[in-house]
Formats: sequence, structure tokens, C-alpha cells
Amino acid sequence: MQSNDFDLILKPDRKLKGAMSELWSFRELFYVLAWRDFKVRYKQTIIGVLWAFIRPLVTMIVFTIIFSKVAGLPSQGEIPYALLVFAAMLPWFFFSTSFQEGTNALTTDANIISKVYFPRIIIPISSLFVNLVDMSISLGIFFLLMIFFGFSPSSNLMFLPLFVVLAAALTIACTLWMSALNVMYRDVRYVIPFIVQFGLYLCPVGFASETISNEWRWVYSLNPMVGIIDGFRWSLLGADIQFYLPSLMISIFITLFLLVGGYRFFMKMERNFADII
Amino acid sequence: MSTVVSVSNVGKKYIIDHEQEGAYSTLAESLTRSAKSLFNRSAKRANARYSKEEFWALKDLNFEIQSGDRMGIIGHNGAGKSTLLKLLSRITQPSTGQIGINGKVASLLEVGTGFHPELTGRENIFLNGAIMGMSRKDILKRFDEIVAFSEVEKFLDTPVKRYSSGMYVRLAFAVAAHLESDILIIDEVLAVGDAQFQKKCLGKIKNVGEEGRTVLFVSHNMNAVEQFCNKALLLGGGTILTQSNNVREVIGEYLNILADKSNQPFWHNTKQSYQNPNFTPEYFGIEAQAGSAAQAQLSNDQDIQVKVSGQVTEIDPALQVGFALYNDENQLLFWSVFNDGPEKQWCQVVKGQNSFLATIPRRFLNEGTYRLELIVALYFRAWIIEPQKDAPTIFFTIQGGLSDSPYWLIRRPGIMAPELEWRNA
Repeated sequence: MQSNDFDLILKPDRKLKGAMSELWSFRELFYVLAWRDFKVRYKQTIIGVLWAFIRPLVTMIVFTIIFSKVAGLPSQGEIPYALLVFAAMLPWFFFSTSFQEGTNALTTDANIISKVYFPRIIIPISSLFVNLVDMSISLGIFFLLMIFFGFSPSSNLMFLPLFVVLAAALTIACTLWMSALNVMYRDVRYVIPFIVQFGLYLCPVGFASETISNEWRWVYSLNPMVGIIDGFRWSLLGADIQFYLPSLMISIFITLFLLVGGYRFFMKMERNFADII
Repeated sequence: MSTVVSVSNVGKKYIIDHEQEGAYSTLAESLTRSAKSLFNRSAKRANARYSKEEFWALKDLNFEIQSGDRMGIIGHNGAGKSTLLKLLSRITQPSTGQIGINGKVASLLEVGTGFHPELTGRENIFLNGAIMGMSRKDILKRFDEIVAFSEVEKFLDTPVKRYSSGMYVRLAFAVAAHLESDILIIDEVLAVGDAQFQKKCLGKIKNVGEEGRTVLFVSHNMNAVEQFCNKALLLGGGTILTQSNNVREVIGEYLNILADKSNQPFWHNTKQSYQNPNFTPEYFGIEAQAGSAAQAQLSNDQDIQVKVSGQVTEIDPALQVGFALYNDENQLLFWSVFNDGPEKQWCQVVKGQNSFLATIPRRFLNEGTYRLELIVALYFRAWIIEPQKDAPTIFFTIQGGLSDSPYWLIRRPGIMAPELEWRNA
């Protein structure tokens, strides 16, 4: 019998072709796994979903106090310092928590991976959705805070979805690399918290990136989160923020580079997951 | 009939790491290792400690399955059955050859895959269904059927962590049983639930076959394979030993191998395996009389002595030593351990050498070949030696001496052949 008579051929060297259309046919699983993560997160808690509001709110308050009052970092123009920090924390916490959870997602679901087939890439990516929900809630709090400070958003706001997509793309890119590595080397699990901790100080969360002198600014922008955080601030806080285009370009370029590389790497590693996990 | 599965020259290789320190490697280790081999000439010696060995779990497999076939896959533990199922269900990839598949495959290598303990029964039906490849629409359509089959209606909104283990497997199997696919791959999931539910499961699987769907079925239960399959394939050491439409013949072959392989009435722990502080077995054997040499051929008019000895360095009050008895169709007859009776009759365990003797009464079993597997466990805590999982195995055959009655001279039908006490009343 000719091999092309079959719908599906399993061979040692599976081609990447068709992987995307297969992913589409499994789209419901994305939704179901994301829904599971969301459901499970607040099970057996007294106040339930209220935690989704309390967690980001308390974190923001604490960080705002630390950065503004204790560290005494300057704000930018007329913008209240709390808003400046909050606007940066939205993408930062979205990135850091999804990155951490996504990296461990494959090993957490090891029992599923060794018993059922589906494109493995669904697991690390679907873990991102819960944090997207968390970020939306934080965004709501942010708008309340804006009202409190009597600060009105500008038309830049309509570009926000663009930066959310960019943040999600960067998160997926990093998660693909690290979650695949984590299946093989469990060291990764211990390294991630350090990356996340240092990242908070390397990224312009507690200060504006204008603080960096112009000649070094492009070097600083090699951290793709810089462009994303700047973009969030620009679209949320409006005209007072000057936009530094090179940092966004660098960020987009690096994100795409990491994403394509991460996808290829993940697909290459994927075929052995069940054997080594 | 068309070919729905075609397996040609398929092999699966695993790399066994002989460095046994951890289950998984660390990044630092492989970095230093590769650095060493780059810069250091003596690295070869250093690497010897991390020697890797190729292991072919499957080799040169060739077979085809026609649509509507119900193929039973049998073989010993380690024969490659599970690996084959994993390949067919795409969980892992073949190292050589290729597999062609026509139609949608659903694989049931486990029931309840992905069940989350915190979620309710209702939520888990959707979760598990989606993981097994059902669409939300399908699940909704069959939801009532699934719930009715599982018999857990009342607890549908209770987290499954509060379920009894019976309820849990019933719900899990119910979802699995309602999967819609052209090809169904099943791995011994029949061994779930109580006897009544098992019957229901087997019935459901039979229905699947009658609907004309193709089924691949791995089991140690030869009765189930014989009843349910129209084709059988015997695996041994990673290759196909026999495949035929005559299921009985293949099963017979399997049982022969089982008997030939180590048809010994005794086992000595010559390889020093199963080392542990609580009870390391040294000897396991069948004796006609206590103290006599091990014997494989027995007559049914004498008691059968089963002897187990081993070393204890640490006394654990939860220790249980015993055996599982199977007939030649691999049906489990019973388990027996040394603390089955009232506490004061239990065997004493001392530090050092221990020997225990159990008596299987005369005229209790039927004529035939029997297999015993050693059991060592810590009650409700851990298996030290688990039956069906590479436990030491011995065999014996009962022939003759069935009865003193002139009317009972040949083997009787039935698994057991006890001589009961009859009297006038």
C-alpha cells in the first residue's frame, strides 16, 4: 500500500508542515485548559474571585510605596508617580507570572502528556490566558485610579491592544524556549525566579526610561520589555510621555526573532517530551 | 474492507542512562560533560561513568489492521505492548519505519487523564472530554448519557477529590466510553471498578466493536481477549512472535511461552535484586513436604507447601509477605499473606534470616499448571514486590490424585476442584 493513501503518516522525522492547521483543529482545548486554570485558581477560597482584584491592587500599592516613597525615584512631568508605576506594572506582572507559570506548565501536566496526544504547544500557551484575565482586572483598577487622580486618558489609548499583543507575543516566545528546556533540564525551574526578580529592576518599572541617557538608551532597549513598558505608559498616560520609536522597533524585532526561534525549538523538542518528561 | 492502520518496519529506541543519580539530568551536568569532552582528552574515561546504552523497545514491526478489526495485543510485561500503543496514539514517535493511519484515533491508555481533583464531576467531564479530543458540542450532546452511565448523578457538583475511588473511575470510564472515533486504542482499562461495573465496561467495549469501529486492545486478561477480539498479535522482546485471526492459537502460544520461560518450582535471588531493609527475598519455592526439595510436579492428594525466605534488617510491623496464585490462563485465583489470620497466628518477623511456610490444602485446586508470584508489601503504605510487576515467579503442575472416589477420575470442569464434606442430614 502506498504511503500517501493514509490521512496521517507517523515517521521519525515529522515535518513542521501542517502543524499550524492541526493547532487550529485543537482550538477548543486552548479554551478548556485556560478555563481549567481559571477555575482551579480560586477553588476552595472564601472570597473566591475577589482575590483577582485584591492581589494586583495590594501589589501595586506596595510597589508604588516602595518605589516612590522609599527609593524616591522621580516622576515624569505632571503625571502622578503612582500611575507611572502602575502603568508599567501591568505588562510586567503579566509577563513575569505567565512566564513563570508557562515554564512549569508542561511538567505540571506531565501525566496528560504521557497519556494523550495533542499539540504540546497548547499547554504553555493556554497558561497565559488566566494572566490575561488578571491583567484586564488590574487595568480596571488602573482606570479607577486615574479617576481618583483626576487624570484623563488621551487618544493614544486606542493603541493599547497593540502593546498587549506584543507583550503576549514576547511572553509566548520566552515561555516556548523555557518550557521546552524545562522538560529536559529541571534547573530551569530554579533559574526563572532569579530572572523574574532581576528583571523587575532591569526593566523601567519603578522609573521612566528617559532617566537613561540618550547615548545608552538603545542599548537599554535591547531588553524587549523596555519597548513594551514604554508603549503601555504612552498609550495609557497620554501625550505627556514622549515616544521613543527605536525602542519599540527593537522590541518588535527581538520578540519576532525569539518567537520564531522558540516555535521551531519547541516543535523540535516536542517529539521527545513523552519519553523524557 | 480497507486498511486503517499500517505499520511497516517500525522500531522504537530508548537511550538508557546508566548514571543512576537522578531521574532527570541537570543543565550544569551536560554543560560540564560537553565542555570536558571538548577540552579534555581523558574525558572519555570520565564519560564512561555516564555511559549510555541503546535499548530497542520495539524492532521491525510489520502489521496491518483492517477497518472493523478488533485486535488483541498480548505479551509479557516488557514485551513492548505499551510502547506500541504509545506510538499508535502519537504520544511518542517511532525511531525507524512508519505508521499510516486512516481515521480519527482515540486512545484510552488510562481513564480520567487530566482529571483535576479540585473541579466538580460536571467540570471534569468537559475537561477530560476535551483532552481526549471530544468537541464541546459532542460532550453536550452526550452529557446525559455519560452521567447516566457513570451512576454519579447525585455528586455531579462535588469536587472529584471527595469522590470514592469507585465513583472516580466510573465517571472517568463513562467519559472514555462515549468517545467518538474510528479507531479506539484501549490499554487494560477494564481493570476498574467493582465486578458489576467491569461487566458493564466490557459490554460497552463490545458494543463499540459491533458498531464496526476498529479497536486495538491490550490486556493480560486472556478471557477478555478471547471473547472480544477477532485477531490477536503476540509481542515478545519487542518483536512480533505470532499474529493470526485465530485468537485461541495466539493465546495458546503466549501461555506456552509463559510456561517454558521459567518453568521452575523455585526461585533464588541470585541477582541480589529487590534489596530493601524490611524484607529482601532470598528463596521462593514449592515443596511437597516441608523441608523437602522444590518440586514442580505434584499430585492433588498431598498438601502443597509454599516457602518464602529472606533477610530483614529493619522490622516494620506493617510487613506483609505472601503470594498471588494464577492459573494457566493468567486468571488470578487469590492472594494470600502471612497475616491474613487473627493477630496471634501471624508469623513472627525477626532481624536476620526469616522463613515462612504456607500450606495450600490438598484437593483444593484442579489439575493444571499454576503460577505463583511473590508479594511483599508494607500494609497500605508501599509495595516492595508487586504482583504483575516483575515479581519473582514460580510454577507448579498438579496432575492426578484428584479424588479417592471411583467416580472422579478425570479433570473436572471449573477453576477449582475441592472435595467438600458431604453427609446425611
